[in-house]
Parts: sequence; C-alpha cells; structure tokens
Amino acid sequence: MSSDRIVGIDLGTTNSLVAFMEGDTPVVIPGDDGLNLVPSVVALDERDQIIVGNSARKYLIETPERAVYSIKRLMGRGIEDIQDELKLFPFRLAEDMQAGEVLRIKLGDKTFTPPEISAFILRQLKRNAERFFNAPVTKAVITVPAYFNDAQRQATKDAGRIAGLEVLRLVNEPTAASLAYGLDKKQNGIVAVYDLGGGTFDISILKLHDGIFEVISTNGDTHLGGDDIDNLLIRIALDDIKGDMGLDVSRSGEAVATIRKAVIEAKIALSAQASAKLDIEVPGGKRYQREVTREQFEQLIQPIIDRTVGPCKQALKDAKLKPEQIDEAVLVGGSTRIPKVRALVEDMFQRKPHTDLNPDEVVALGAAVQANILSGGSEATENMLLLDVTPLSLGIEVAGGVTDKIILRNSTIPASATQYYTTQVDGQANVAIHVLQGERELAKDCRSLARFDLRGVPPMPAGMPRIEVKFLIDANGILHVSAREQRSGKEAEIEVQPSYGLTDEQVESMILDSFDYAEEDFRQRQVIEARNEAETIMAALDKGKKSPAWEQLTSDERKRIAKLQKALNQVKAEDEYQAIRKAIDALNQGTMRLAELMMDSAVATALKGKTIDQADLGEGPQSGHPVAKADFK
Amino acid sequence: MSRAGHWAAQPGASVVNVLMANPESKSSLIMPGEATSTCWSCGTMRAVHFCSACGKVQPPVPVNYFTFFALPRKLNLDTALLEREFYELSRKLHPDLYARADQQEQEWSMEQSSLLNDAYRTLKDPIKRTEYLLRLEGVELEEQSKTATEKARATGEVKKQVVPPDLLEEVFELNMQLEELRMQKKMGEDDPALIEELRKQKLKFEEKYEALFEELKGYWNQWDKLVDSGDEEARGKVRDQMLDLLNRRNYIRNLVRDVNEALEN
Repeated sequence: MSSDRIVGIDLGTTNSLVAFMEGDTPVVIPGDDGLNLVPSVVALDERDQIIVGNSARKYLIETPERAVYSIKRLMGRGIEDIQDELKLFPFRLAEDMQAGEVLRIKLGDKTFTPPEISAFILRQLKRNAERFFNAPVTKAVITVPAYFNDAQRQATKDAGRIAGLEVLRLVNEPTAASLAYGLDKKQNGIVAVYDLGGGTFDISILKLHDGIFEVISTNGDTHLGGDDIDNLLIRIALDDIKGDMGLDVSRSGEAVATIRKAVIEAKIALSAQASAKLDIEVPGGKRYQREVTREQFEQLIQPIIDRTVGPCKQALKDAKLKPEQIDEAVLVGGSTRIPKVRALVEDMFQRKPHTDLNPDEVVALGAAVQANILSGGSEATENMLLLDVTPLSLGIEVAGGVTDKIILRNSTIPASATQYYTTQVDGQANVAIHVLQGERELAKDCRSLARFDLRGVPPMPAGMPRIEVKFLIDANGILHVSAREQRSGKEAEIEVQPSYGLTDEQVESMILDSFDYAEEDFRQRQVIEARNEAETIMAALDKGKKSPAWEQLTSDERKRIAKLQKALNQVKAEDEYQAIRKAIDALNQGTMRLAELMMDSAVATALKGKTIDQADLGEGPQSGHPVAKADFK
Repeated sequence: MSRAGHWAAQPGASVVNVLMANPESKSSLIMPGEATSTCWSCGTMRAVHFCSACGKVQPPVPVNYFTFFALPRKLNLDTALLEREFYELSRKLHPDLYARADQQEQEWSMEQSSLLNDAYRTLKDPIKRTEYLLRLEGVELEEQSKTATEKARATGEVKKQVVPPDLLEEVFELNMQLEELRMQKKMGEDDPALIEELRKQKLKFEEKYEALFEELKGYWNQWDKLVDSGDEEARGKVRDQMLDLLNRRNYIRNLVRDVNEALEN
C-alpha cells in the first residue's frame, strides 16, 4: 500500500535529493521547480516562514543573517568542535550558547538546532515526494557519510523524526552509491568508492559477492569537501581586494556571499575549461576582476585534495589489500568532477574510475535501492544485502584516562561487546561509565559519546556485584547499551547523558515547534487527502453506474450527477483543498438517491447509513477518511 | 567527572577484564545442528538461529562462537567455507530482512546478527580464533595490549607481563639501544649506525614473529587430534604451549611496535 512506500534521501552538505524505486529502476523525484537537486539552504523570510532550496538561495545574498547553508557540518557537534568552521562559515550562533549544549543557530531573531534546520530540508523533500505520489510519505532511508560518528548519526535520525519521517535505516553514502552501481553491474569483485562531496570525504572498500555488498573497510574526514575549496578561493579573493583596492570587505556578509557565488561558478567552469574569469562588484562600485587558469587552480587545491590520500591508504591497509587488488573504483560526490581529483583517484587505485552515474544523484539512487530492499525487495533487488561496518572504534574509559577499545573500527554491524563491572565500595549503588568513539589511545583525544550511570546496584560488599553491560552497535551505526547485575539478575537502570545530542523530550518538543513553520505542509496534506477522497467517491460512482440502480434514476438526475462528477474532476487537479472538498460534498449530495437505490436493491438493511463510496458492493470503508456523512432516515 | 557520590574518580577503574567467553560457555553445549525447542512462529522443531521450516528468526540463546557456526572446537578451519556460511546466515538473520516485522522479531534479528558478526570476526582470524578457544578452555592471556601498557604507566601498577626467558638477552640489548636512541633524539643528535642496527634487530624479531605463527599451526594439529580423545592431560599440555606461544608472540609484537615508534619519532 502507498502508506508503506519508503523513499531514499540523500541529505547532503550542498544539495539534497529524494528518490524511489520505480519498478526496477531508482529515480530521483524532482521538486516543484522541476529540478532534482534541492540546495541544502534554509532561510527565514520576512513573514518568519521557512524557505528551503532554490528559492532560499537569494536570501544568502540579500539577507545573509536570515539564511544558512552547509548545516551538515554542524550536525552532532559541540561548540568546541567547530571553532574552525566558525572562522570560515557565516554561521551565527545564539549569543547565550553554553559549552556542552546542543548548538543553536540564528536565523533572523529565531534560533534553531542543526537537526531542526536539517528537518526543514527533509520536510521539503518529503513534500516533493508527497506531491509526486499524491499520497503521504512517512518512511525513509537517509544516507550519512560513512565516517559520521554516533552523535552525527543520532542527530540525523533526530532530524528525520522532527520532519515527521520514520527513519528505517541510516545508510553510509559510499555504500549506497555501490548499491546503485551494483544494481545493473551484478558482478563479483573488490570495489573502492571515493566520495568527495560538498563537506565530507569518505572512502569505502567493498567486496561484492553474489548480491552481498560487504564493506571491508572505510575511512574519511567529515570536514573535507568542496566547501574547503570554496573557502580557500574566497580567502584569496578577499586578500586580493584588500591588497589591490585597500578594501576590507570580509565583514560584509553580502560581499562575502557575492564572492562565494562567483568563485563557485569559476570552480565549476574550470572542470570543463582551461581558464575562468572572476568579475565581482565590490561595495563602493569598483569591480574585482581576475583570471584563474586551471593550472593555478590545481596548484591551489592540491593541499586540500591531498588530504584524501591518507584515509585511502589507511582503508587499503585495514582491508589488507594492495591498490592493484582493487577491481573497480567508483566516483561519488560533486567534487569528483574536478579533473585533478579524478587523476588522483586513477593514480591511487591504478585504474580509470567509473563515472557512468551522475555523482550528484548516485547516493540518493542507492538510498532508494536500500529502501526497496527494506520494503521486501523486488526482482531487481532480489538477493541484494548490505553488510556495513562501524567506521570508528568504540571504547570505554579505564583507569588513567585510557581508552579500552571494545569494538574495533571496520567491524561488521550489528556488532556487540560485553563488559563486566563491579563496585569499589561496600553498598555502592551507582557505577559510572564513559563511552568513547575514536582511534586514539587517550580518552581525552577520543569523541565522548555518552556518560552512563548504572543505578540501583543491589547493596553488596565491594567487588561482589557483577554487572554485565552490553554494548551493541545497530545496523544504523548507532550505539545501544543495556546492563544487568548478574548475581541478583536485576536489570540495572541506565541513565544516558548524550554528550552532544538531543534528549527525547527535546525532540518531541521540536516536533511540536516545527508545526509553526509547517503551514505549507498542512495545506499539502489536506490537498492530498481531499484528492484521495475524490478518487474513492468517483470509483464508487463508476461502479454504481453499472448497477441496476443507475437505470432507475431519471435522465435529469443522471445528467446532474455527470455534471457534478465533471466539476470534481476539474477541481481535483488544483491545489485548493477547500474547492475539492466542496465538489466532493456536492457530488455526495447529488448521488444520495443513487446510493439509496443501490442499498435497497442489494443489502439494504446491512448497509443502512452509508454513503455511495461505502455502499459499493458491501466491501465496507475503503478510505481512511470517511466522506461527508449523509443521513438516510 | 563522576556524579555518583562515592564512586571513584575514574569511571572504569573497576572493569573486570572478562570477554565474551564466560562461565556459561562451558554449560551451553548445544550441539551443532541440534534442535533446541520449537519455533515460536510455526511450531516445528528448530535449529539455533532460525527456523528451518518457516525461516523466521529465533530468540538468541547463549552459545559459543563455534557452536553458533555448528563447528567442532577445532583450530584448523576452512575459512572459505566459514565465509560462505557467514553469507548464508546473514541472508537469514540480517535486520534488513526484518524491517517490516514486529519489534520483538527486529530485536532478535539485531541480536542474532550481531552474534553472527562477532563470531565470524573472531573465528576467521587465526590468532583471534586461538585466543578465543583458549579463553573457552579457561585460560587468560597476559595483558599485552597497548591499553594495558598505558594503564600500567598511568597508574604505576606493574603490568602482568614477563619477558620470555629465551628472549631475555636479545630484549635486554634491544632496550639498551632503544634508550640510547631516545636520548640521542632528545639531544638532537643522529647516529645512523645505531638506527641501522635497530632496523636489523627489528627485522630479526619480525622474522621470529612470523616463525611463531608457523609453530602455532603445529599445535593446532596436535590440538585438533586430541579434541575427541578425552586425554585431558595431553590437551592441557598443548593448551599451555599455545598460551605460552601467544604470550611470546604478543611480547615481540609490542617490542617491534616500540622500535617503530622510536624510529619514527
């Protein structure tokens, strides 16, 4: 049924997309502007309504203080993690931000957390899909960078919930891409997926075996992508303008946004041309003009793209493979359009990488494939199964501030580890556990995921309790913890304090808040529901026309019904749910005698009190939304 | 750091070092392929992980990793066969197949498939497999891990690690050279001859390390022959020999790591 339709979503740093499987082929669902890519830009307009995507882009230049881009860089992070970002991106934090708190970003006078802003993007994608299907969409597979940690994954899942989506699975972006490629290639071998997007870099090495996509190793950098190239070019332009014209425009949000737009255009042009011109109007009426050759550009970006080499080498090492053992290399992400990046990949894996699928769309297409697998599969996805890994080791803090790794990176997920704890003092009732993620030896160098308090340990002499704590990383790469005191068999209560995440209560209240900005959603929903009702009543009417009761109507009555049906048909295509409802009511009224006659002739008593769509052959209600109630007395 | 009253400053201070293999491992000898009870869904007798009649995932029961794969507790193992079995079971147990099932089945599938992954990860690696079997046999390796080293350093405890007697002389010399290199580096000096000598030493230890693996395989054969024999004494002897070998091997690994660190810094 339509309510079970699961969409695949690529929630990107720069662009986001929604896709689904149409028969055997994954396809991207376009927005109402006809475009497949929804820029991951969110703005607050003059009436405090949220604007997302292409129509939000103009706000980046006109009212930069009311718009935000690249929010993905802030997902699941704390204020101390993002000092570099704050220097390079025009993120405006709420003034009263405290350390350790979930970030809050200002749009105009309002503040939103990164999951809320991402939720606005997701909501737009959801709306696009609902318009496309003409039915509600409530379930999704969302992709995340393979190298995202637990907090970043949790934040993405929270964003889904806030947007009214049940997130059935988080899939790693490079793995999703391999699914899209694997769909028509169906071959065995070792594949390297190099994914350089707007803000993140991932490398994954997979083994393909009769439909099983087994990730062997993954590595990456969640703060490396096209954004970094843009920022570098912006800084050069700002320096030039200062040096040549003596103008410091770095504080002008509008000027920086204008420069950003120009350098991005130049960057894109340089993938196809040998040189590009920058021509920017600077405040005060002067123009900044400069020609950049591809050679210059490649020299400038070399240090940035070189940062992808280390993770690739580490991934190969972890997979215990040599470059020549890689059978195929696949390119994903908009930044892999840069010829220099392609050359680097070719050099690294000693083969020409695949580029058959659009690098901007391939992740969303793969997400749609995974969505299809989760919904029971089809002929195209039969036998396909994804076995992914956890990108980072999971550890707990032990004496001396050292990390004791209990699940190593590149372990196939779900994965688990069991640890045993005891008490140090007689009658001790609580035990505190600090969970970490990362590869470093010292706890302070790893990412703090959460602090757990085991409470209610039964009173016993020190060292007697034996508390079994089970750590389980699920198929989404998210950690679950459960604990039990073994001697008493008592489940210990766990109090989780996520280090940078939202609590359940916060997510719930954000779901409620989001409705303030969701007028458009609500309206769309009404339209869809009204259309569904219209379909139901007209289907019932078509059946009614074939029944003997139809012949019992006068020709005037039949003409009137035909007119009402035509009116509903016309208004159905429009976006006005009130008009559709009015036409439905009119048709309902107009067909009342037909319904009566049908009932009399067939199962009169049993169906008394039903309207035409329900009277139909006694099948009972077909739609979840009962049509206007007509009373037959 | 600690919000729990009189709980010590270090949250993990009282970690009891125990792994998956626990007391229950000896008591949970559900035999390979043996039906343990009836399927909750269709009522037929079932195997350990999923019902062979209706294919549904079953609630996890505590089994050791060998039992999970219906394998005898032997150390020679056909890893290609293990991989095939792993893929087959993944196709039955993975959570993706239960995305539309009720919550209980989803949970069982998550637990069963994490058990499958943990078991496969342990058994496919020859060293991890041997260590795991030794733990099932009730013996514990010395704490050779880097964590244990760091922990010992931080707390001033003496690490449970003994220099293997046959290596004593060479290790002593190597440590002297390492100390010298560190001193030189501190002073900003550079002694190519010493570095060359250390490289040579390192190579020698690396060769020893490789040779130990070959030696271990010999013990595997002895062990596998004894598995069904009931000769407790002979088994105990092979077990202890393997334990000793793995301890020596870990010791050398740490040594090589220390040399690498000193050379790189």
